[in-house]
Amino acid sequence: MMKKFVTFISVLSLALTAMTGCGKTEGSTVSTDGSTSMEKVIGALGEAFEENNSVTFTYNPTGSGSGITAVAEGRCDIGLSSRNLKEEEKAQGLTETVLALDGIAIIVNPDNPINDLDLETISRIYMSEITNWKDIGGDDLEIVLIGREAGSGTRDGFESITGMENACAYRQELTSTGDVITTVAGNPAAIGYASLASVKETVKALSVGGIIPAEETVKDGSYVVQRPFVLVTKSDTKLSEAAQKFFDYVTSSEANEIISSAGAVPIR
Amino acid sequence: MKNRKRLMENAIHGIFLILGLITVSCVLLITVYLVISGIPAVRKIGVLNFLFGKKWASTAAQPQYGILPFILTSIYGTAGAIAVGVPIGFMTAVYLSKIAPPKVKAVIETAVSLLAGIPSVVYGLVGMMVLVPGIRIAFRVPDGASLLAAIIVLAIMILPSIIKVSLTALEAVPKEYEDASLALGATPIETYFRVSVPAAKSGIATAVVLGVGRAIGEAMAIMMVAGNAPNMPELFQSVRFLTTAVASEMSYAADGSLQKQALFSIALVLFLFIMLINAVLNFFLKKR
Repeated sequence: MMKKFVTFISVLSLALTAMTGCGKTEGSTVSTDGSTSMEKVIGALGEAFEENNSVTFTYNPTGSGSGITAVAEGRCDIGLSSRNLKEEEKAQGLTETVLALDGIAIIVNPDNPINDLDLETISRIYMSEITNWKDIGGDDLEIVLIGREAGSGTRDGFESITGMENACAYRQELTSTGDVITTVAGNPAAIGYASLASVKETVKALSVGGIIPAEETVKDGSYVVQRPFVLVTKSDTKLSEAAQKFFDYVTSSEANEIISSAGAVPIR
Repeated sequence: MKNRKRLMENAIHGIFLILGLITVSCVLLITVYLVISGIPAVRKIGVLNFLFGKKWASTAAQPQYGILPFILTSIYGTAGAIAVGVPIGFMTAVYLSKIAPPKVKAVIETAVSLLAGIPSVVYGLVGMMVLVPGIRIAFRVPDGASLLAAIIVLAIMILPSIIKVSLTALEAVPKEYEDASLALGATPIETYFRVSVPAAKSGIATAVVLGVGRAIGEAMAIMMVAGNAPNMPELFQSVRFLTTAVASEMSYAADGSLQKQALFSIALVLFLFIMLINAVLNFFLKKR
């Protein structure tokens, strides 16, 4: 009995020693945390960076708000936000660096005959002033408004661009881009919005005021429904060597190709 | 030698005591944490405004934090799931324990176990792809994501626990009771409902409690089918539950903001709710 107990204790202590070994690779990791919309872009950049450097890259998709909190609390090197920082967040000593731009596509079901809406009509639809597709030349169907949850970067971007913060009368508030696309693909009367990079063939992206959402139209600003992808860092603390290297890499023109192949629009 | 043995014995007892206390301390920790982080928002908003306010607009310029729609939705949703799920589950249990041939019973029992093992996100996904469009077409409503969809998903999710617990209770009824009833000339169906079921009623009630517990605490599956708009509950309206209210906004709420504190308050309300329901049901169960 005693012998077994002693063995147990020694195994336990061995296991604990083994575990403590893990925390000591800090210098060679770059941790990022934040916006789920940036998953594709930051994932591709991280992969490319890992290939050329002996550095471990981590990305924690938690949402813009959580990412900003994480960097403020020092739980990650770089926070990722798909909206500009609020004043109160800048006041906490955070700096924003725009990495790329992302278009927000207005999506409808492929069966919907509508192909183009102007910004004003979109606002009126989302404010429930227009409630039937037939009023704007579509089928006789009640419009079903699909949106994202309060605080989502995509929602924030969409609502601030169309000038109706919290005025939208959503029928559904879904918690991911994928859910929005699935729902719109399954309902001929639905309209929703999603990051341009994630739009699939199961839904139809509308042109806004005659401008088709695409990389060129987002970059030159003619497609107006767009938002920034932002890297958030602490103003007063220096990044670790590896994190600084990553930061320099992704904000250089070298990264452009990777950013655009991931569906976002590079600005440098 | 004897002393050493006793020392060893005591040490082992101590270790087990510590292990047991881990659970207790978890409960205490969660309770204390929830109360501490849930109280400030309630104070700022006011208890009545918070619990009975009909409008939730947490990110508006003039935020409003009324959670009555969530509370009612959670109550209606759970009640609906019980109303749909309990009869089905209960009858299935009666069938399995008394009527079904062994082979059929084996197949159904396996299916029930599999149903219990399906992760809730899968329920949500299937609900989203099949049930929501189905409701839209069947009832000719503009959108199928509604309280009804959530009730159906919840009813299916609580079936396994209701069936299994009722089944165990029904099978524990002494065979002599049933034999006596049959010998007195009652038909088999009369026997099951007049003798077996009353004898197993406390077990069946436990099944209902488990079902309520599971239904009121579920978040993931209903988040995908209920639409999540903070409306007052209506059968074909998009609704938000207490659980989904916390889950859907938590990841984006800024730290220290009233919004985040209010989400903790919602969690506290949900926690108190579950405690209350369990206490009330336990009270009635013990009384019988």
